[in-house]
Amino acid sequence: MRKHKVRLSGIYLGLVLLFIYLPIGFVAVYSFNESSSTAVWKGFSLKWYQALFQDASMAEALKNSLLLGVISCLAAAVIGTMGAMGLIKANARAKGVMEYIATLPIMIPEIILGMVFMAFFAVLRLPFGMATLALAHTAFCVPYILTMVKARLAGMDPALEEAAMDLGASPARTFFDITLPLVTPAVLSGSLLAFAMSLDDVVISIFVNGPKINTLPVKVYTQMKFGVTPEINALCTIMLAITLLALAGYSLIRRVRVFDKKKEV
Amino acid sequence: MRRKWNRWTFTLAPLYVFTLLFVVGPLLYMVAISFASNKEGYGVIWRFTAENYKKIFDPVYLETFRQSLKLAFTSALSIMLLGYPFGYFMARLNSRWKNRLMLLLLIPFWVNSLIRLYGWIIILQTKGALNGVLLNLGLIEEPLKMLYSYPAVLLGMIYTLLPFMILSVYSSAEKMDWSLVEAARDLGANEIQAFCSVTFKMTLPGLLSGMILTFIPSMGLFFIADILGGNKIVLVGSLIQDQMTRGSNWPFAAALAVALTILTTLIIYLYRRITHVSELEGLY
Repeated sequence: MRKHKVRLSGIYLGLVLLFIYLPIGFVAVYSFNESSSTAVWKGFSLKWYQALFQDASMAEALKNSLLLGVISCLAAAVIGTMGAMGLIKANARAKGVMEYIATLPIMIPEIILGMVFMAFFAVLRLPFGMATLALAHTAFCVPYILTMVKARLAGMDPALEEAAMDLGASPARTFFDITLPLVTPAVLSGSLLAFAMSLDDVVISIFVNGPKINTLPVKVYTQMKFGVTPEINALCTIMLAITLLALAGYSLIRRVRVFDKKKEV
Repeated sequence: MRRKWNRWTFTLAPLYVFTLLFVVGPLLYMVAISFASNKEGYGVIWRFTAENYKKIFDPVYLETFRQSLKLAFTSALSIMLLGYPFGYFMARLNSRWKNRLMLLLLIPFWVNSLIRLYGWIIILQTKGALNGVLLNLGLIEEPLKMLYSYPAVLLGMIYTLLPFMILSVYSSAEKMDWSLVEAARDLGANEIQAFCSVTFKMTLPGLLSGMILTFIPSMGLFFIADILGGNKIVLVGSLIQDQMTRGSNWPFAAALAVALTILTTLIIYLYRRITHVSELEGLY
């Protein structure tokens, strides 16, 4: 009876996962298609990968996206981490309100953020390009890092810091030896999430990228409106492969570490 | 009375400055231009008018809001029906499988969401895989036109937003104390009664936050309506984008955005009133 139930729920989980992976699978399969149409299969070919690697505009868009993600995440990590510490430890006015406003960029629909930035940057006469993209992306990266770090700090035992101070550590030393190592995982996972969001954003970027700079999602979006080449399929497959490799590498490193620790014991 | 500053106060400076300059500033500017007059071509004329707001009540635009709300509601509801059981079942697995499933849910986030939608185009197109299967099974005589329709847009929304529902339901079901369910069973409740009186109530915050996380974006994700709906389905988001770029009526776009913001804030406010939770579950 019990086993039977487990199986039914397992089937359900499997079906939903199939739904999630089905389109990705199709994209990956058709990236190896000889034909330029996705309606017919004309045999195995790597030509779209070749075309992708020779496509300078695609490489440029990818480079822009990665650079943008790194800049925005770094800026957001500094602002968000410091801000989270301040929100927990400082005495200041309007902390609650400020926290609420700072998280607005991921609460309101992206479209509003995009149009608002476009109008605002235009009135400030900022030249549309990497700078405006980075400002807009930082704005929606901050909330992810802020909330994650704040949650981590709130769950932290204050006795750890007090103990360090009692043992004679300076506030700076306490910060670097105790507080920072404890929040680093939260900063990293927040940044990772923010980076993924930045790398995938099309709605906000399309308003603030200006005529000269394309990010990868914007480039893909324009292609999809004006006719797709299977290069996009190839690109998606490569991104998937990189993600899987990174995951495999990560779990391998973790396994080695666990192994090392066991040896020490 | 003014509280005394301590040495941590300075750490708030970057957050306060950035938020005031690049969140509060733009939002206030949006409210300001929503009351300004449109300049032909590009930009605004600073002459006060409420005309932009009146224009929203034009039947054409009201229809857009209606259609958009309907789509958002339908997709949030479908996502709930699909995602709630997933989050619930997932929380009941052992930790090894929980981790595996979590990984499987997160991997697609690293594949561009547009390309994932493109996968649906491959499947749904007239000469695509789904039509092929249906034709071969003899279920249909002629290939169906599935793309560029309301159901296609709905599918795109469900597909894109489903993980958010799953993650928020999961995070509240995961925290749940299952011994409460056992207690209810011991006290004589049958499985369905125990689910309704304990599990459902305990996971309600996750469910509601999932509803918000799926309802709000689905009014703005114009690219899904664009790619899978052709230009047949117009969302509030599509309308705003159109007014900002091609239509170039910024004040009207701003008024639409203000209306959408008010709608969104109202929904979040209601959520907080119902659940007494200040942060959205599963968002982080």
